[in-house]
Amino acid sequence: MNALARHRALSRIWSSQPGWRGVISTVNHSDIGRMFLLVATLFFLIGGVLAMLIRTQLATARSAFVAPAIYDQIFTMHGTVMMFLFAIPLFEGAAVYLLPKLLGTRDLAFPRLTAYGFWCYVFGGLMLVFALLAGLAPDSGWFMYPPLSSSAHSPGVNADFWLIGVTFVEVSAIAAAVEICVSILKFRAPGMSLDLMPIFAWYALVTALMILMGFPPLILGSILLELERAFGFPFFESALGGSPLLWQHLFWLFGHPEVYIIFLPAAGVISTVLPVMARTTLLGYRWVVAAAVALAFLSFGLWVHHMFATGIPHMGLAFFSAASTLVAVPTGIQIFAWLGTLWKGQPRLTLPMLYIIGFFFTFVIGGLTGVMVAIVPFDWQAHDTAFITAHLHYVLFGGFVFPMLAGLYYWLPQLTGRKRFFRIGEMAFWLIFMGFNGAFLAMHWVGLLGQRRRIAWYPENAGWTEINLMSSISAFVMAIGVAMVVFDIALHALLAIRGSRNPWGAGTLEWAMPTPPAAYNFASIPIVGDREPLARDPELANKIARGEYFLGAPRGELRETLTVDAAGGRPEALVIFPGNSTLPITLAAFTGAGFLGALIRVYWVIPLALLFVVGLSLRWGWSQREATHTGLQNVGRATLLPQAIETDRSPGWWGSAFLLGADAVLYGSLFFGYAFLWTVGPNWPPPQWLSLSVLELALGLIGAAVEVIGILLAGRAVSRSSPPPSLGILLTLAGAAMTIAALAMTLTRAGQLTDYAYGATIFVMIAYALIHAAIAAITICSLAYRTLRGGAARPRTSNVNIVRLWTDYAAFVAATSLIATQFSSYLR
Amino acid sequence: MLAGSAAIFTLVMLLLLIAYRRTPAPHQSEHRQERFWLYGLGLAFPLATLAALLIYGLVVGETLLPKSGDDVVTVRAEARQWSWSFGYADAAGLRTQGVLHIPAGRPVDVEITSLDVVHSFWAPRLAGKLDAIPGQVNVLRIEVAEPGEYQGVDAEFSGPGYSGDAFTVIAHDPAGWGAFLGRAKE
Repeated sequence: MNALARHRALSRIWSSQPGWRGVISTVNHSDIGRMFLLVATLFFLIGGVLAMLIRTQLATARSAFVAPAIYDQIFTMHGTVMMFLFAIPLFEGAAVYLLPKLLGTRDLAFPRLTAYGFWCYVFGGLMLVFALLAGLAPDSGWFMYPPLSSSAHSPGVNADFWLIGVTFVEVSAIAAAVEICVSILKFRAPGMSLDLMPIFAWYALVTALMILMGFPPLILGSILLELERAFGFPFFESALGGSPLLWQHLFWLFGHPEVYIIFLPAAGVISTVLPVMARTTLLGYRWVVAAAVALAFLSFGLWVHHMFATGIPHMGLAFFSAASTLVAVPTGIQIFAWLGTLWKGQPRLTLPMLYIIGFFFTFVIGGLTGVMVAIVPFDWQAHDTAFITAHLHYVLFGGFVFPMLAGLYYWLPQLTGRKRFFRIGEMAFWLIFMGFNGAFLAMHWVGLLGQRRRIAWYPENAGWTEINLMSSISAFVMAIGVAMVVFDIALHALLAIRGSRNPWGAGTLEWAMPTPPAAYNFASIPIVGDREPLARDPELANKIARGEYFLGAPRGELRETLTVDAAGGRPEALVIFPGNSTLPITLAAFTGAGFLGALIRVYWVIPLALLFVVGLSLRWGWSQREATHTGLQNVGRATLLPQAIETDRSPGWWGSAFLLGADAVLYGSLFFGYAFLWTVGPNWPPPQWLSLSVLELALGLIGAAVEVIGILLAGRAVSRSSPPPSLGILLTLAGAAMTIAALAMTLTRAGQLTDYAYGATIFVMIAYALIHAAIAAITICSLAYRTLRGGAARPRTSNVNIVRLWTDYAAFVAATSLIATQFSSYLR
Repeated sequence: MLAGSAAIFTLVMLLLLIAYRRTPAPHQSEHRQERFWLYGLGLAFPLATLAALLIYGLVVGETLLPKSGDDVVTVRAEARQWSWSFGYADAAGLRTQGVLHIPAGRPVDVEITSLDVVHSFWAPRLAGKLDAIPGQVNVLRIEVAEPGEYQGVDAEFSGPGYSGDAFTVIAHDPAGWGAFLGRAKE
């Protein structure tokens, strides 16, 4: 088979359908990555228009451009759109598009999950856009502090749009994060050990892990606040044993890591692009990786620095102030590693490099003002003024938008296969750079003069008018620059001439393919022995196209790729991917219907939507493509590998493990809330609220133990392949049923949930356990069904191991939440 | 802090500029470069700077802490959408709307709380911000040397009336403070 015939065969196997059918049924990472990037850019433009409205309002003193009620919606939505609908999805899009190409594989771990996440993002984003157009947008500021966002002070549907729309979009972030983690750890080119991974993959891995750790607290907070708004559960009501500060803790437990979730991918782009522009390799690769990991850890210890003015005890302030200044160290290591790289090589002044210089200029200023506000006495003055607005824009625009524009111009030839022809990008850079600094330097100044953030007007005699006018004019200059970039990219995509394959002389694998890339990425999966395989072997692209490496011979209509062992990169198994499907968009639509039901408070929609979601999920798991052959498969180069589904830990197991990790963080946050309310609430827990019931506790604990033992037995039976694992499955099912009974009995005794935060909290804990017990029961039923069908459908070790993760977790949750709630009356 | 920041910023920009101007030394080992850029500039330099800054911040913060004393005056600030109401420990029953009276030259503890949503008490020339949180009382220590009028505002977004939510602090000389409290007793 020659290279062209191979290309045709692989293209037929991997391509999405033509036209609109392709858009809704594609599961290919290049397609979905491009769609993600496009939609995220649209939201950037929407957020940008909102920013211009803000600057118009503030351009003059006592402005009558819009009334405060509208202005509050505008600035709330500007923050919300930029954070949740632009920055995070842009990272997801870049990672979805780039990672398989950088890692030398053909697609991400769960192609249909990629599509599902994308559609959740689109539908959730549409909810918020609708709210904006209908004048019903959230208006309590993007961090939604209760009681301002509670039903007493925000009676409209506005806050519900935020809580439900953003949570829906976060489902997509969690899906993408699970996908990214498993893809990076398992789906790499053979030989690519963790140590040889492209640096961007390291940053993406750290970022994805941070999303799994950082988003659950906010998801929990949103659920609690929505329960308070809809049903009056008083979690944040201080008169009823709740606390408004609980929200602030949960929000910033998410919100501070969020800043680094946004910055780290951008740093990954710089670490990738900058060495190429300096014609050298990154100085101190391991230092940079360590710095990214350190930043991730530290960022979870900083959230309180957003709450310095809430009356935190003095020792707490000192600790969090120290931790906040400490983040400057790993940041400094990265900055100096990049500078050292430039000194080591021979830097060129290309357009991507221009944006990176823009990054250095703005981000260093933002970092330095960040150290200033980490110092508590300074923060007490600067907090909630325009100084903070200026600081966070220097960090986020400087630290995210500039590097992402560098990345855009760097990877544009890879994306389109064309050569830049029009020179609009340089002019756009200078407009953006001058406009940005003009707008936000001025804002530091006016903030120090006392202008608060989020004000809709200021008096004429404040002396701020000229500064604000200058800031507004600069902001419009910046907007013109952004519009020119959009125009430049559109012209490029439509009109520019074809370019060469590797125009920058880069060494990573995404340039070892024809551009624009084919749906299958690599005609054969290369063997990697170097951080820059393409630099080491310039012939690599041709060898890949000639099918000299793994899986160079397409078989049947199967979409095939390899997994490797997580650390060393040794080939481990053959994976067969699912084909095009409209299942993801359908599932996302039903998920959205459930969220919509909660939003418009038509609650009977939710169980109905849930029924469809469960049904479709089962079909999803069932329709996993399985090879007609079993046993070891020939993957080329005289290598025999098992199919992933016949190994102990399939990609599905890894995905479940990461998802449950995020789930456990949510559960941990719930315990944090329980403990927090306990420390602040008077008379907590109230006497005799929930007395100990030995029956419920014993039933639940024994049920949990039986569940754990049952699945263990089922696993043993399957690995010995006879007899069928019926006994184990029946035991697990019985155990799950016992926990469900015990939890349901406890739930009915939870009492009046709206009277006191305590009852509401234990209700949520028990309900959480109950939901997981039900999920466990459903997974066991699917295992039972496989056993009954037998033959090719019979359960494999990988099936049992996945089910085991879910049942073990459900047993753990049932036991801990029963203990915590039943014994709480003894905790006083 | 500003001068130090300007110096660090200038250093980074210079290093960036020189990278483009110099001809690279070809024989430097990667290890030596790592030692200079990463151990030196990346690790040691920020650690030293930040430690100094942090100690300075903690010392300054310590001086701002409320200390007990005999002549501390206690007042109470209650925020609501969108006005401030003030009470006085030395004159039970006395309340003022939108104007806080304090004595000059004596330490004053302001007990801050809220009746509805989260607000923040901020009189920029007197002290930093402290939030007014429903169900919680935060205490801010202020001390004014000179009698006079000082402006204050709500500094945590609190809804549509936020922009205009302001108050005035009037610091009295001893005679004026006595007269103010006396007026209450009448």
